[in-house]
Amino acid sequence: MIKVSGYRMVACGLALLGWLPVPGLAGEVSSVGTTPAAVVAGISGADTVWVLLAAALVMLMTPGLAFFYGGLVRRKNILSILMQCFMMLCIISLQWVFCGYSLSFGPDISGVIGSLDWSCLKNIGMGASEYAPTIPHTAFVIFQMMFAVITPALIIGAFAERMRFSAFVVFSLLWTTLVYDPVAHWVWGKGGFLGILGGMGAVDFAGGIVVHINAGMAALAAVIVLGKRKGFPDAISPPHNLPLAVLGAGLLWFGWFGFNAGSALAANHIAVNAFMNTHIAGATAGLVWSILDWLKFGKPTTLGMITGAVAGLAAVTPGAGYVDLSGAVWIGLFSGIICWLAVTALKARYQYDDSLDAFGVHGVGGIWGTLAVGIWGSKAVNLGGVDGLIHGNPLQLWIQTKAVLITMLYSFIVSLVLFKVVDFVLGLRVKENEEAIGLDLTQHREAGYTLLD
Amino acid sequence: MKYLIAIIQPDRLDEVLDLLTKKEIHLVTVCNVVGRGRQKGIAEVYRSHREAGTLLKKVKLEIAVNDEYLKQAMDAIVEGARTGQTGDGKIFVFDMQECMRIRTGETGPVAIG
Repeated sequence: MIKVSGYRMVACGLALLGWLPVPGLAGEVSSVGTTPAAVVAGISGADTVWVLLAAALVMLMTPGLAFFYGGLVRRKNILSILMQCFMMLCIISLQWVFCGYSLSFGPDISGVIGSLDWSCLKNIGMGASEYAPTIPHTAFVIFQMMFAVITPALIIGAFAERMRFSAFVVFSLLWTTLVYDPVAHWVWGKGGFLGILGGMGAVDFAGGIVVHINAGMAALAAVIVLGKRKGFPDAISPPHNLPLAVLGAGLLWFGWFGFNAGSALAANHIAVNAFMNTHIAGATAGLVWSILDWLKFGKPTTLGMITGAVAGLAAVTPGAGYVDLSGAVWIGLFSGIICWLAVTALKARYQYDDSLDAFGVHGVGGIWGTLAVGIWGSKAVNLGGVDGLIHGNPLQLWIQTKAVLITMLYSFIVSLVLFKVVDFVLGLRVKENEEAIGLDLTQHREAGYTLLD
Repeated sequence: MKYLIAIIQPDRLDEVLDLLTKKEIHLVTVCNVVGRGRQKGIAEVYRSHREAGTLLKKVKLEIAVNDEYLKQAMDAIVEGARTGQTGDGKIFVFDMQECMRIRTGETGPVAIG
């Protein structure tokens, strides 16, 4: 087995990105840099404000996720989780402007991938784009960047407490480039073969397919390649700081308004509807999970409640702008039940160590939510959307199903291959004694908490 | 001179400290500990994974006393900590060889004070 030092691999990866055709980083952007947005033809100040604010909200979800996950691991691994999440903000943001945005949303090549014509944000500028006619194209780039950042961060929940940091960095960079960017193009890119902009007509309002199924299947691949933590399931200590996890869940919920309502890309009725649906689905699922815990274990648990809320928020993501309020309630209700079953029954049955339930919550929630758009989708809610099963269009459910299966297969297989490759070159897993000591000390030479003042 | 280690229920601590003060026993060191006895632990549930509860939270008091205060100290602890239920705790008593007050260098019974 070849072992290459981690930082060298990172440096090589970044250098490779640098070799891509990258004429002038700033040129197009600065050409209208001093012009007020409203002066540029067709740009709405209100819409631009909302999308920028929404982008900031979505950015906050990555630290939120860091605390959500961080509270659930053992004391010795908290920093490793925070570090991994924040490192996604650093690395994927750069990847996004270098090539990620262009691969995802750039001029279409055969419905499969965007070209590199927009790499380094060349040809983007401050005018409107075909994706959002009333905001500067760069605002859309910023908003979408935050989605690209949080998606690989979601996978962290699957391999928490046992992955080498260097391997994590290399994997995440490769995964975003080879899995996230293509799938985003298929679903959201103009000409992508799955979506509604010239594809087979599957809809995904804010990322049920692109974000949650995608990350969830990569999580499953991670679990299979990495194996269980030493001591799983009975000798793993309980979450070391649940209040931190609750804080993280609160930040996630808050940020999700930007995620879903922001995906309307305008300050309009669709955004308002998505906001309401997001909130109600999260609330419903949190309640349902609590009740199920209460019935099965005799007590409603804090961790169960926040897990349910996140499952509901994930599940309503693909449909937030396409379904009405009753649809959101049903989506939330069933996501609470289905994800609860995935985490309690499925995981217990097969004994796989999806450490923080990245697959059980995001993967399963995303699958359910994406199918649910094929059931409750309604053109009365959103003219740009679809009618689902209960509005007389059963075909949409089939289209959604196909999109789900294609994404599941692609994400799972490519993630599996990437994990194997990174494992071969770098080694994915820390040494046994490093796992025992904890990743904070062994990967970062730091401790999250001191015992003495 | 005797040295007492008492393991008690956390919620009985204030009561025990009050009673010790009333009997003019001021010197005491307290810490949070986990441990177990016949009572075993409380099972906890995290995302539906039931953790076998093996250890329980307790409070540990350490007290140095002169011989004539031993009975009063034990009485205070028992009176404050006893609820009559499993898990009320234990008192362990040791002979103590020496005691020194660091500030003055005094040794023996006078140093306990």
